[in-house]
Amino acid sequence: MTGDPLYLDGVDLVDIGITIAKVVVAFTFLLVATMFMVWFERKLISDMQNRIGPNVAGPWGLLQTFADGVKFFFKEDLRPENADPLVFRLAPYISAVTAFLSFAVVPIGGSFGGGSSGTVTIFGRETYLQVADPPIGILFLLAMSSIAVYGVMLAGWASGSKYPLIGSVRASAQAISYEAALGMATVVVVVLAGTLSTHGIVAAQSGGFTRWFLVSSGIVPFIVFLIAATAELNRPPFDLVEAEQELVGGFHTEYSSIRFALFFLAEFMNVITMSAIMVTLFFGGPAGPIFFGMTWFWPTIWFLLKVLAFLFVFVWFRATLPRLRYDQLMNLGWKLLIPLILFWLMFISLKELRATYNWNWVVTYGAAVVALAIGASLLTMALRAGDRAYQEELEEV
Amino acid sequence: MVDTLVFVAAAVICLVGALGVVLARNPVHSALMLVMTLFGIAVQFVAQEAHFLAAVQVIVYAGAIVVLFLFVIMLLGVDRAQNLEMSFLPVQKWAALLFASGSLAVVVALIVVVGEPVTGVHAMGGTLGGTDDVRLLARSLFSDYVYAFELTSLLLVIAVIGAVVLVRKPKQTNPVAAEDGGGT
Repeated sequence: MTGDPLYLDGVDLVDIGITIAKVVVAFTFLLVATMFMVWFERKLISDMQNRIGPNVAGPWGLLQTFADGVKFFFKEDLRPENADPLVFRLAPYISAVTAFLSFAVVPIGGSFGGGSSGTVTIFGRETYLQVADPPIGILFLLAMSSIAVYGVMLAGWASGSKYPLIGSVRASAQAISYEAALGMATVVVVVLAGTLSTHGIVAAQSGGFTRWFLVSSGIVPFIVFLIAATAELNRPPFDLVEAEQELVGGFHTEYSSIRFALFFLAEFMNVITMSAIMVTLFFGGPAGPIFFGMTWFWPTIWFLLKVLAFLFVFVWFRATLPRLRYDQLMNLGWKLLIPLILFWLMFISLKELRATYNWNWVVTYGAAVVALAIGASLLTMALRAGDRAYQEELEEV
Repeated sequence: MVDTLVFVAAAVICLVGALGVVLARNPVHSALMLVMTLFGIAVQFVAQEAHFLAAVQVIVYAGAIVVLFLFVIMLLGVDRAQNLEMSFLPVQKWAALLFASGSLAVVVALIVVVGEPVTGVHAMGGTLGGTDDVRLLARSLFSDYVYAFELTSLLLVIAVIGAVVLVRKPKQTNPVAAEDGGGT
């Protein structure tokens, strides 16, 4: 783990140029992808609902998002009288900046199999196809998603109005609850990969489909991650943050014009980033067969295709699943996902330990099953007691 | 040169944030200033190659603890500028001044008297040049300091259970409480 080879032998002007180019390319890519993601979602969901969807601006309505963006720019920027001026203006930028920063650590290409370490050569310099590869890569993602809570929370508070405040409190409670499950699903991958760096995690998955952490972690962490990520993104069926019937628009009710556009942008950027993270963690990142010896070209194509598949899944969720109630949301997070992923994490760690120290099969797994049974029965008893107390309370009222 | 620049910039951020926590009139602004200080410290950690500590600093302190502060401030409705002249204890202001200057004096005295290694324990931040600081930290936490570590986690569990017990509504055995409470 030495990090990006670009910076190993000192940093000169060419290195700085390449870094700036990478930042600009990633930013542009994310903006353009966001633009088409909005179009993709609207078009797909209208297909699923037997509608036509946007079809006027450009061929197949492709330029619809662009038109909307231009409109946002020219709208009047309103600020409610009760709003806290500074925080009100700050909040959208926190959302947008964290959404972009998380994407910086995702490797979007480079061939990892067959002895090569995922580098490409630009202007005679070897480098990774990702903006940054900090040694704590995946923790950086978690840090950014916990900072993103501020954007929503401050927006709701600074609006100086009831519905946004309720929406933002809901949003932060939801984000904090599901961050635990999300983080632990990530820890399973980290335990298997033995590194926190996103580049290292992708490298650990190179060498065929069976080495993807989707398979070797036993699918459960992926499912937990997918559910927790959907909740973290405030996407349907977990979109009670902006439940229109209850909260008008949630935390961004009072926002208009370009500030609203920033929230909108951040939301869709986060969808793309989260899909990219899932591909990185569980689907081998840019792994895939390479044809015609174009080693720099195919990995990026595979990466984009995998991300696209997840974007489809998120839209599909929205079109098919009804919204959860607030207590159902909390029950799912705390009473199902967290215990499940906790048990799974212990199981995977035990498996790794057994492999490392060559422990006896029977003793190891026997002890694991006994411990699991005790833990599960204690947890069930606790949940039952909680349910009983809740029912009694309901009857009293 | 770059190191010095980073240090100065992060130190300025820390100090401005720290002053802001004390001087801001609005509690929410104070909490945000605290986040700024925490970010400055995280930058200092990264400059010292303690990447893991930096990440934990942001995730735990900025991402969880200050969010909780904000929750409390917003939900208890104290998010308005408060009159600082009003204090609960008569000597509060002077006691605060005394304690603050006292702890500052202790820190300064430590630095002056002891010299460089203030705690006497070597840093676990990994060495410059990219040794994995997570590995080092985990090794020392789960070998040399395992009892301290586990006792701390026990303390946290006790705190959580205590909080749950405290917020639980007691069974209404008291007839007076049953009459005016209950919400039927």
